[in-house]
Parts: sequence; structure tokens; C-alpha cells
Amino acid sequence: MAKVLMKGNEAIGEAAIRAGCKNYFAYPITPQSEVAEYLVKRLPEVDGVFLQGESEVAVGYMIFGAAGAGERVMTTSSSPGISLMSEAISYIAAAQCPAVFVNIVRCGPGLGGILPAQGDYFQATKGGGHGDYHLLVLAPDGVQEAVEMTMQAFTLAEKYRGPVMILGDGLIGQMMEPVEFPEDLATAPSNKDDWATNGMSTRKSKKRNLVKSLYLDPTELNAHNLNLKAKYDQMKREEIQFEAYNADADYKVLITSYGTMSRVCRTAIDLLKEEGIEVAMLRPKTLFPFPEKAVFEAATKKSCKSVISIEMSMGQMVEDVERCVKGQRPVEFYGECGGDIPSPEKIIDIIKAMI
Amino acid sequence: MGKTFSKPAVLSHTMTHYCPGCTHGIVHRLVAEAIDELGIMDRTVGIAPVGCAVLAYNYFNCDFQEAAHGRAPAMATGIKRVRPDLIVFTYQGDGDLASIGMGEIIHAANRGEKFTTIFINNAIYGMTGGQMAPTTLPGQRATTAPTGRNTDQTGMPIKMANLLGGLVTPAYVTRQAVLKPQQINKTKKAIKQAFQYQVENKCFSFVEVISTCPTNWGLTPLASLKWAEENLLPYYELGDVKTPE
Repeated sequence: MAKVLMKGNEAIGEAAIRAGCKNYFAYPITPQSEVAEYLVKRLPEVDGVFLQGESEVAVGYMIFGAAGAGERVMTTSSSPGISLMSEAISYIAAAQCPAVFVNIVRCGPGLGGILPAQGDYFQATKGGGHGDYHLLVLAPDGVQEAVEMTMQAFTLAEKYRGPVMILGDGLIGQMMEPVEFPEDLATAPSNKDDWATNGMSTRKSKKRNLVKSLYLDPTELNAHNLNLKAKYDQMKREEIQFEAYNADADYKVLITSYGTMSRVCRTAIDLLKEEGIEVAMLRPKTLFPFPEKAVFEAATKKSCKSVISIEMSMGQMVEDVERCVKGQRPVEFYGECGGDIPSPEKIIDIIKAMI
Repeated sequence: MGKTFSKPAVLSHTMTHYCPGCTHGIVHRLVAEAIDELGIMDRTVGIAPVGCAVLAYNYFNCDFQEAAHGRAPAMATGIKRVRPDLIVFTYQGDGDLASIGMGEIIHAANRGEKFTTIFINNAIYGMTGGQMAPTTLPGQRATTAPTGRNTDQTGMPIKMANLLGGLVTPAYVTRQAVLKPQQINKTKKAIKQAFQYQVENKCFSFVEVISTCPTNWGLTPLASLKWAEENLLPYYELGDVKTPE
């Protein structure tokens, strides 16, 4: 298929439709409202459902209801909106319903600002809502990856019967890039007859289905949480994605970075290479599960003297990097989180100061 | 002689967890009878609230989802929009619907979502242990209003059926009670009518049911019925607030 030039937010909406998702509920928030504005026109063409909810709180439960009924469903929002949806996300994870949440991250905390940021890493990977649960978190570095990850997200959500999050940022949502929609990423919906409330008349089994998260018996609840943990452990075995950049070189410094920030780091690495300075980057594409082993191995390569995590945050992913490096190398951090994205020159200066 | 009375098929054979004298059991039965009589059990999805009725799914044999506190109307919206062929009902108490879930119920009703809400109003929080609800009467004692509800600080009790009936969008909104047999018969008719409107894809339907809570009112079941009759009914007038015709 030929490439088309599309804005990130619109491409994410189109990717959902190409992945077989015909149900979208959302509440407007900058910088991602174009997803809704695109889908309100596009969904009727495929007999889909579009609804603008009264709040992100309500939208979270519209997603829960639709997912519980066994239909593919997606919402998109941005940081403060995801905070409001986090209640429902905890329930959806607990009740084991497949659903896709897209967070086009803006600056925080509070109202923060509407420019791109990566300050929601903790929220996305460590919880957000209450209780022991994880989202499978995919972090695209541009519009093409946003498309591919959105399409993959529906398959992964059904494989693990749980919520999957695309963690983008305002730049990915707002910029235009040439994209294509790989047809092979669209999968047939899984059979949900053994758990979804899709109506007994539509199923062979006449057993009724129950979508719930309440377990008053401590033994039952512990067993339920062990089941959830087993899924997260399986994700760690089967779903880790990352990119190692310039990793064959004898690099002295390893950068860890993801999403938009990693693109700037890539440019800086290329420019440094021209000066004869070798730097590599380990870019997690899945933030949960985190590429623990890959980070450790890249950091402990013989030539590597130190590691720096570069983020559009005040230091979030760096905590996972430190955990994975296990004290074998010094781990530094550089971050900005006001909406400006650090330039390649800035990164180059920081790296040069390290060596 | 044929069988003249039996348990509705959609009601399960389960020991109740409700307190002695609680009217939830009556309303469950009325909902079950309506589902049976309309022949919709195999395409019905119930939504349990948070509160005493959180375990409502233990008593029904149809599909069920369990909502967070107050969010049942948003869940029902999600189900009904993606599967309009299903019959969806929420079963909610007054803390759930009139307090934390006020936003969700108003917007679902105003969008004219084609589902049915059964709203149990017993003027108090039950499951959490007798705290003040938005429906608690002036002067009525609750664990968080030990000297009685002070309306200077908490306002007047919210008449949910009247509030929702005030929306311009067409709907079926009624307030009934289950304190005496005649009222129970009328409530039965109202609940069946509410489901009938949904079967016809006509409108949002809402049945408020004035109920009792002997445990948290600190009264016997019989004294509770009398107290509700004498105190709740003068404030919460019974009857249809709005019909879609």
C-alpha cells in the first residue's frame, strides 16, 4: 500500500478502524481532540459507534461496558483525562476485559500545559489506578509506529484480556508524517463467548457470564491476583520490544530514551559519530514489560562506562534503568518537562561532559 | 390442576445476603418477573452497583456486569451502544445513583440511552453502615448525621425522579413503592412497562422504588414499613413523573 501523509492523531484513529475496532468513546482534551474529530466522520462509514461522553470518568466505564460485552473498543485522551479514567482502568484490568487506551501525553502535573511531555511514565507503567495491576504499555517514536502499535494493541488486549495503553505525546499526535497501514497487523477478534456479557442467546453455552472485580473471600481474591500476575509474567516473557541503536560500536556511553525524545537522541548519536565519539541507545518500545535484560546487557558491555536516561520528564524511566543496571555502571539523568524538547546540540553537550 | 405460581426462571436458587425485612428481595423478584414475562432473559445484561445490591448478580441467571460506585449508567451506555440488541438494566441505590453517580445518570437519561434503571431509594447508605444519603429526610438520623440531617448545611433531599423527569428528552420516569401489596403490584407494572419501552427501543426508562432499610434505620421490619409510609411518601410522591407519549 502507498504511503499517505497523515497527522498522528488522525492516523491513530484510522489505525483503530483498520484493526477492526468500530467502537470509540471519548471526551475532548488537547492535544488529541483530532482523533475524535476524525472518527466522528470515519466511523459511520464502517457502521461504527462514536460517542462523546460527559467526562473521562464516564468514558472509562463506557469502555468497560463495551469491552465487557465483547466488542473491540478504544478511547483516546491526554494526561489529566487519563487520570480520570484510571479508576475504570483498574476495574477493567481486574475484570479482565480487552480495551485500548491511547494517552497523547501533555505536560503536568495538574493542568500543566498542552505541549509534549513524558511525565506520565509512572502513571502508565506503575499503576495509575489502585491495586495490583499493569497495563501493557507501547511507546511509539513517531506516526508510523503509532499506527502499528495501535493495530497491535487490539491483538495484545485480547491475548491478555486486559487494557493496553499507547503512550504517545503531543508531538506524535500533532505532527504529520508519511504512514502506511500494514494489513497483516489486523487480526480477527478472538472468541469471547466464555466470559463476555454478549447475551446468552448469541452463545452455544447457556451458562451466564459475569464481568466483575469483587472477591470478598480472601483466598479467592489472592488466587485472582495470582492469575493477573501470571499474565504480567507472561508479558515479560513474550512481549518485550526494544530498539538497540549503534549498539555494535564500542560505545562509551549508553543512552536510554523512548518515544519522541529517542528521535532527538538518535540524531545526537549520528552527529557524535561524525566526531568519532561512539554512543549507543537502548530504546524501550514496550515500557511495560520493560526490556530489563537488554538494558542490563547494553549497559554492561565492556566499552560502556556510563549510562544516561534522557527523558521529557523530571526523571521517571531512569528509576527502571537504575533497577536494571543493578549498580554495575553509574546511571545519570537529563530531562526537561516544560514542553520544549531538548535539541540534539543540548544532548551532545551533555554527552561530551560525561566523557 | 396446573401450576399457578412459581419462581421466575431468571431468579437463581441462592440464599439471600440481604437483612431481614429488606425490600431488595421484593424488587429483585419484580425485575425477574418482568424479564420472564417479556421473554428477554437470554439477551439481558444487568449491571450491579456498589452498595447492598453489589451482589445482585448472585440472584439472577442472566449475564451481569459489576460497576464501580455510581458508574452503572456509563457502563450500560457502553454495552447498549455497541450491542443495541441486548436488553440492559442498572440496579442502583441512592448513595450510588444520587450522590457519586449523579453525573452519569443525568447524562445517560439526557442522551435518551435505551436502557432501564431501577433506583432503590431508602434514604440512607446501607452497605457502608447507615451514612447520610442525598435522599435522607430533613432531621433523619444517620451515622454521619447523628443529630439528624441539617438542611442548612446539606440542602434538601433530592427527588431523583422529578429531577430526571425535568429533562426535555423523552423518557419514562416513575416513582413507586414496595411498602404494601397494592404498591408492589403497581411497581411490578411500572418495571414491566420500563422494560417494555426498552424492548420497543423507545426511550430511557427509570423506576424509583421507595424502600426500607430496617437495619440502618434502627427499626423492626414492620416499624420500617410504617415509618416509610408516614415519612418518605409525603415527600416522595408516588406516580408517573413522565411518559414518552
